[in-house]
Amino acid sequence: MSSRFRASLLVLGAGALALAACDREEHHSRAKPIGETVPAGMSPSTIFPGSSSQPPLDPRAELYDTNANAISRGQQLYNWMNCVGCHSHGGGGMGPALMDDQWRYGSRIDQVAATIAEGRPNGMPAWRGKLTEAQIWDLAAYVSSLSGLPSKDAVSSRAESMSAGTPQTLTPHPDTTNSDAAKQ
Amino acid sequence: MSFRRQGRAAVLALLLGACSYQRYQSDFGAAATQGRQFLTLFWIFLGVCLFMYALVIAFLVAGILRRRRATDANVVETGRHHQSHPLMRTTLIGWAALIGVGLTALAIASFFADRSMAEAATGEKLSVTVTGNQWWWDIRYNSDDASKTLRTANELHLPLGVPVRIQLASNDVIHSFWVPSLAGKQDLIPGRETGITIVPKKTGIFRGQCAEYCGTQHAHMALVVVVESYADFIKWWDHQLQPAPAPANPLTLAGYNYVTSGPCSACHNIGGTPASGQVAPDLTHLASRKSLAAGALPMGKGNLYGWVADPQSLKPGNKMPTIGLEPQQLHAVVAYLETLK
Repeated sequence: MSSRFRASLLVLGAGALALAACDREEHHSRAKPIGETVPAGMSPSTIFPGSSSQPPLDPRAELYDTNANAISRGQQLYNWMNCVGCHSHGGGGMGPALMDDQWRYGSRIDQVAATIAEGRPNGMPAWRGKLTEAQIWDLAAYVSSLSGLPSKDAVSSRAESMSAGTPQTLTPHPDTTNSDAAKQ
Repeated sequence: MSFRRQGRAAVLALLLGACSYQRYQSDFGAAATQGRQFLTLFWIFLGVCLFMYALVIAFLVAGILRRRRATDANVVETGRHHQSHPLMRTTLIGWAALIGVGLTALAIASFFADRSMAEAATGEKLSVTVTGNQWWWDIRYNSDDASKTLRTANELHLPLGVPVRIQLASNDVIHSFWVPSLAGKQDLIPGRETGITIVPKKTGIFRGQCAEYCGTQHAHMALVVVVESYADFIKWWDHQLQPAPAPANPLTLAGYNYVTSGPCSACHNIGGTPASGQVAPDLTHLASRKSLAAGALPMGKGNLYGWVADPQSLKPGNKMPTIGLEPQQLHAVVAYLETLK
């Protein structure tokens, strides 16, 4: 056995070990149904009286915040529940933009969840009772991800629910055909 | 468990499967023109291939049994084939001709099967759009008359002898529409329109199954296909067009109130009520269907209870959340859903 062969074997073994250490985050399809609530009295403000600063972060936030599964489920709900109608795909329209860093009612995920659950003045409807608590948290995870806050590895680079329009490969695009012809 | 016992169990399972699914979900069902063509083609292929196989085996056996003659020893090595026995030459030429004839026969048979299937596809009288979702089938019966357009889910009714165009689409990933008793597979591809034409030739209930892996619950994405006489089909269609019946007693009224104002209505549609969500199966005539959750469970009171109470334990990963109803709410909701005949 040559030394080079032995070295490549070692590298291969190390690679296999490193791969075996990889672990996908757990997927909880069945959230705790009863007793789970979105914080109702969560203050939208970031200024508080007295010496204490913000109230502590809701313990469930870490289950949903930057969780790839929660974000992709939230993305599907975002389309299903027609959030697009007012907020567009994050750019805003009738409703405020969600992909910038301005948060009228707080940027923390539990504050976003409270906003979705309770609704806010000037048009944001309350989703409590229409969506389950877990779904509201999924949506909050996705909305938080729109502003580019979570790390890239958690955010899906494509929509889980693909649009059913005419595929681009089937639509002749005049510009590209012209430029191709010009090149030749 | 020993291999022998495993093997015996596998054979037994195969035999049992052949018995019970002979008509329900079977490639040999031949319940539509398309399926019949496939089946005829299959028997022709099987016949021709078996004949050739038997010939090859016969020659092989003869070659093993026959003693090699001394003069034959170096025929291949010298390459002087023209010196070989005239009988050998005739046999080889005959063999090549036989292969040519066999392949031509197969090509002609498949050409005619293809033509007759294309011919059966003309003059379609009914148009149905089947949309695949993770993990259920959305079904729309199209009609020029908007008041006759019908939306249902997971149960496809087809009239006997009428060519039906089934247009296929997908809302998420690639699925495949496959009702083995009726026809072959056809993929549902997001962003692309595909379709299949079926002319049902036998009445009965057949099972369809998604045939392209589409996620965790791919196995529980089944479709019930009911082929019935034209009169029965029209009767079914007219009934399905009716709005849901109004709740008749306090219990069903409580269920109605919860379903139409609670989380169910955000996704599900019930005709004639405020529940008008479009992203989940239509529930207007839920209780008239034969299965629940895309063929995962047979329709019935117990399964309805189980499904409404905790869908994530019966079909983990599906898009219906476990809501956590209180017992009284659960009784009311199930009582109401049971009235949706």
